[in-house]
Amino acid sequence: MSELSAVGSAPAVAGEKAEAVTEKALELQEVSILYSGIPAVKKVSCNFLRNNITSIIGPSGCGKSTLLRSLNRMNDFIHDVTIEGKIMFSSEDLYGAGVDPVEVRRRIGMVFQKPNPFPKSIYNNIAWAPGINGYEGSNDELVERSLKQAALWDEVKDRLHDSALNLSGGQQQRLCIARALAMEPEILLMDEPCSALDPISTSHIEDLLFELKSRYTIIIVTHNMQQASRISDFTAFMEMGKLIEFGETEEVFTNPKVKRTEEYVTGRFG
Amino acid sequence: MSLISEKDKKNLLRRQRKSDYFKKLCALVTWSSVLLLAVLLFQVSVDGFSWIDWQFITSFPSRFPERAGIKSALVGTFWLIGLIAIISIPIGVSSALYLEEFAKPGKLNKFIEVNISNLAGVPSIVYGILGLAIFVRFFALERSLLSGALTMSLLILPVIIIASREAIRTVPMSIRLGAYSLGATRWQTAWAHVLPASFPGIMTGVILALSRAIGETAPLIMIGALTFVAFLPEGPMDSFTAMPIQIYNWISRPQQEFHELAAAGIIVLLVVLLLMNATAIYIRNKTERRLK
Repeated sequence: MSELSAVGSAPAVAGEKAEAVTEKALELQEVSILYSGIPAVKKVSCNFLRNNITSIIGPSGCGKSTLLRSLNRMNDFIHDVTIEGKIMFSSEDLYGAGVDPVEVRRRIGMVFQKPNPFPKSIYNNIAWAPGINGYEGSNDELVERSLKQAALWDEVKDRLHDSALNLSGGQQQRLCIARALAMEPEILLMDEPCSALDPISTSHIEDLLFELKSRYTIIIVTHNMQQASRISDFTAFMEMGKLIEFGETEEVFTNPKVKRTEEYVTGRFG
Repeated sequence: MSLISEKDKKNLLRRQRKSDYFKKLCALVTWSSVLLLAVLLFQVSVDGFSWIDWQFITSFPSRFPERAGIKSALVGTFWLIGLIAIISIPIGVSSALYLEEFAKPGKLNKFIEVNISNLAGVPSIVYGILGLAIFVRFFALERSLLSGALTMSLLILPVIIIASREAIRTVPMSIRLGAYSLGATRWQTAWAHVLPASFPGIMTGVILALSRAIGETAPLIMIGALTFVAFLPEGPMDSFTAMPIQIYNWISRPQQEFHELAAAGIIVLLVVLLLMNATAIYIRNKTERRLK
């Protein structure tokens, strides 16, 4: 089984060895991001592999969220941002001349730090985006499927038309994940998705990520190093805008190549 | 034995007393304005209440005070409100939406913002002169309802734009980002999320602006709304009168009876205003509940 999935583009089964899949979902080539001319991310080059979870860790202000937001062009909404280098997404530069950012965001979804459901019903939270993007299938089916994928269905199936704002924080965040999944993105970006949640909700979401990785490529920014080591296949450590180390999670946490990484993951600073 | 020293105690007492004085001063100011309004309403009611009856509402103006009524002015005012709403709401809300959601922040945007704020402070008579020159003369719309409505729309547009922008600004950025991250365009985000979420605020601003418009007299006098109208307007191109004009007309007559008629007219105008504001509050409460 593992031999087969290594050859084709068939999704790898969760828990499989990371080396089995080498297809790149995103390829960063010397990416620098500048706010009003001041660099926040400096010449980062790395590859995010398909059907893997990659964590980006690092102290506050190291540029990890900035980097994440540049991966689906959410930085476009911030005034005076310039991006240098290339971010290749299936052989096309995300910042190339003919690329429509709306299309990019449709294919690369995002979940934010604070749950941000729309002030609408649970049902409409999920059905809205596919609707405006020309989805023609059954909305009921889509809502059910997305909520099931986000492990929220059983909790909300009897009140789909209630306001999403009545849900708990953890449920809201899973709704936001369901909402992103409904668009069937190729990549799911998550910006500290658990930082506003209690430990139980956090573990729900971590379990969920584990299941999702067979179908999606997940890139997650986290402050929580235990979380990074628990869920991710690859880990990127950033500091002061630079990518200090990138490798398999086990390697980065147990046998880091760079001294600075070791100091950070063992909690000596940050 | 006390918990604090004598000196601290004195100090604390002094500060508490100061705080108490300030509270009383604020209460006094608040209540005196309410009192003033109450006195005004009382005075107007004493003068005008006996004149208000069905005959007053359903009669045209007349030389004889006992036969005079406010029908043409009331209908004229409703026509005005309707036309102003049709003209100013789409323009005002679109402008606010453009400035908040689409325009790139920069010098030009800032320039427009400052100008709109200034326009909100321009005296209404100036809008009247503008209306007279542009709508009545240049576009040859004559002294019609349409001229009046267009002039009044100019007058309240800045207010609507400012109120709508405030309302749009209260929509959390996270909702917009959520929509964009799902592959929505700016327009789809604005239409599906920003507008509905800011709707109560926009509605409140619009209705308050409209109630300002129906109380305005100066611009209407300027563009030549008639003071004696014994017919009802049948279309936007008809000439008209409005309640403030009718009240102004009655006040300026020498006879005491007409002054009392003016008071009655003021009561009717106030009732219309109150109804509009009540509608604003009702709409706001209803939609706010739906959003939560």
